[in-house]
Amino acid sequence: MLTIKNLHASIEDKEILKGINLEVNPGEIHAIMGPNGSGKSTLSSVIAGKEEYEVTDGEIHFEGEDISELAAEERAHKGVFLSFQYPVEIPGVSVTNFIKTAINESRKAQGLEDMPAKDMLQKIREKAELLEIDRRFLSRSLNEGFSGGEKKRNEIFQMAMLEPKLAILDETDSGLDIDALRIVANGVNKLRSKDNAVVVITHYQRLLEYIVPDFVHVLHNGKIVKSGTKELALELEAKGYDWLKQEAAV
Amino acid sequence: MELKDKLVSSFMAFENQIDVDTTVHDIRSEAIKVFEEKGFPTKKEEAWKYTSLNSLLKNDFSVFPKEEVALDFKDIKKYFIHDIDSYKIVFIDGVYSSYLSETTHEGMDICLLSAALHKDKYRQVIENYFNKVAKTDDSLTSLNTAFSREGAYIYIPKNKAVDKPVQIIHFATGNEAALMLQPRNLIVVEENAHIQIIERHQSLTENPVLTNSVTEIFADKRAVVDYYKIQNDEQNASLIDNTYISQERESNASVHTFSFGGNITRNNLNFYQKGERIDSILNGVTILGNKQHVDHYTLVHHAEPNCESHQDYKGIFADKATGVFNGKIIVDKKAQKTNAFQQNNNILIDDKASINTKPQLEIFADDVKCSHGCTIGQLDEDALFYLRTRGIPEKEGRALLMYAFANNVLESVKIPEVKSRINKLIAKKLGVNLGFDL
Ligand SMILES: Nc1ncnc2c1ncn2[C@@H]1O[C@H](COP(=O)(O)OP(=O)(O)O)[C@@H](O)[C@H]1O
Ligand SMILES: [Mg+2]
Repeated sequence: MLTIKNLHASIEDKEILKGINLEVNPGEIHAIMGPNGSGKSTLSSVIAGKEEYEVTDGEIHFEGEDISELAAEERAHKGVFLSFQYPVEIPGVSVTNFIKTAINESRKAQGLEDMPAKDMLQKIREKAELLEIDRRFLSRSLNEGFSGGEKKRNEIFQMAMLEPKLAILDETDSGLDIDALRIVANGVNKLRSKDNAVVVITHYQRLLEYIVPDFVHVLHNGKIVKSGTKELALELEAKGYDWLKQEAAV
Repeated sequence: MELKDKLVSSFMAFENQIDVDTTVHDIRSEAIKVFEEKGFPTKKEEAWKYTSLNSLLKNDFSVFPKEEVALDFKDIKKYFIHDIDSYKIVFIDGVYSSYLSETTHEGMDICLLSAALHKDKYRQVIENYFNKVAKTDDSLTSLNTAFSREGAYIYIPKNKAVDKPVQIIHFATGNEAALMLQPRNLIVVEENAHIQIIERHQSLTENPVLTNSVTEIFADKRAVVDYYKIQNDEQNASLIDNTYISQERESNASVHTFSFGGNITRNNLNFYQKGERIDSILNGVTILGNKQHVDHYTLVHHAEPNCESHQDYKGIFADKATGVFNGKIIVDKKAQKTNAFQQNNNILIDDKASINTKPQLEIFADDVKCSHGCTIGQLDEDALFYLRTRGIPEKEGRALLMYAFANNVLESVKIPEVKSRINKLIAKKLGVNLGFDL
């Protein structure tokens, strides 16, 4: 589904991703862990199509197609979704209007008519329930004044509405208390199928108890320095990252 | 001949043409003297530093249209808010059009200034109100006063809530190569009466038009006046709008100015508070492109204690469009416990677009809350990326952010059909269809 080969990316002439290789197949869950500043958010932004980052080498293929030249919205239309580490506040646009616009623009790109208002409402209600989101919350301005946890829950609500093939969750667990974490993880698990895949970026083993990964990768200084199964996450939790940094330096 | 000379020399002929009582005649004669002495304002004057009328004044404007032109309603329907029932006062090239209008004298007067100026039964009102709040030493206002013949006359008696909005629309047909219009409106809203007014100036061709309009509004005790100005004129149409509002205690007056088009638009908006617990609201959304220019020049004069004023102007400027916001707030020594808010936020889309924004506070009372702020920025690129990752294309994303930016001003529009029309005009201006109204 997602194939990344030797990906190098920089911003303002500073190289941040230094040769990433990653293969994600349908039905799989991958976790990417790594210390602060190692390039996790950069990797997600580059996959999602942020133009500020310059891809200097390597390839990003999605379902067999090179997407590295596509606009962010085109990648979204193909089924790539990014849950932001820091969701942006947009005063003046309600959650409902925003998600309606997003869905209908994606439909338009696929040559479909707007979703009938009734179906839209029904879907919004259903997904809001899944994530235990209050109806009043939906008429508030997007992310404005939301707590950290509300913002993250809102990201997963959008994911549930848009039903992407590949979801990248960038530190969705940070800022969540244990109840919210359970709700969010439950939401993600409900949306899983053999046809879609999830990349979970996290610092902590905690989220991975709920969203159990098939593979765990460690990103350090712009490179994946170690890959393994879910046991690797436990090892990292116990030992920290220092031993890996040393290993990588050798 | 220069326009100023042409106007001054045609004044006598004009004055002989119309039949008014001596009070009005005296007011006019005084006014033409002020204009003759001061002439059109130039950039040398502080108040006109950023707006030049020079290029406009080179046009050979007709001051009186030669012949009357008829318009078919179906051709101009789109300029009305036509999905609501309303009173209408419509002018074509400055001349009242009875078949396009819908006026009333039942329990109130929603009709013509020309009638009010020369019918005996209105004499008292004219003496009490005509030219009483307009600035008599202002040259353009004086020019209008000298030539004031036609416009809307609205008189709402005590405790009357007008059942539907009033639309005042001025069409310029292009029948003249270049036309100057000077509409004059007088609006008196008595104690505890309510009214909503929508005003529009619309040229129908590319021919140059210059409108120098004066509106006087008197809001008596507890009166509520909501005024909406829709400015979306043709590229060669310019407007100088001079609006003066006198408010008595506990009255509430709001003016929303939506500036989306035209050549040069100058909005001189003046609020004079004359009693306690008054609220004055001045809101604006300006979205300009090409070489359009809009200058918002506002004044709120707080003269009594315990009053409020709220100004919120949002501007979006693309291409080579230019904007000015000058917001003056005067708080007299006596006007303790005044709350005066002023906000002017702008987004510049292109390098060549510009905005000059300046608050001007003259505060003589010590116990007041005055806040003002102005910002000039670009669209938030991080927000745009966020929208795009959700499948919203760049163009629509930019439009959505601009909508969002202007949204809180739209929220205060009380007539839903006006709000939805403004939404549509904004969408059209931005070249998108977002499929929902904010
Ligand atoms: N817009 C930017 N401009 C300059 N440096 C950046 C920018 N974004 C990220 N970086 C740098 O790239 C590195 C990786 O950052 P990031 O991808 O956010 O790491 P992580 O998500 O793993 O904490 C850091 O050193 C950070 O300072
Ligand atoms: Mg990060």
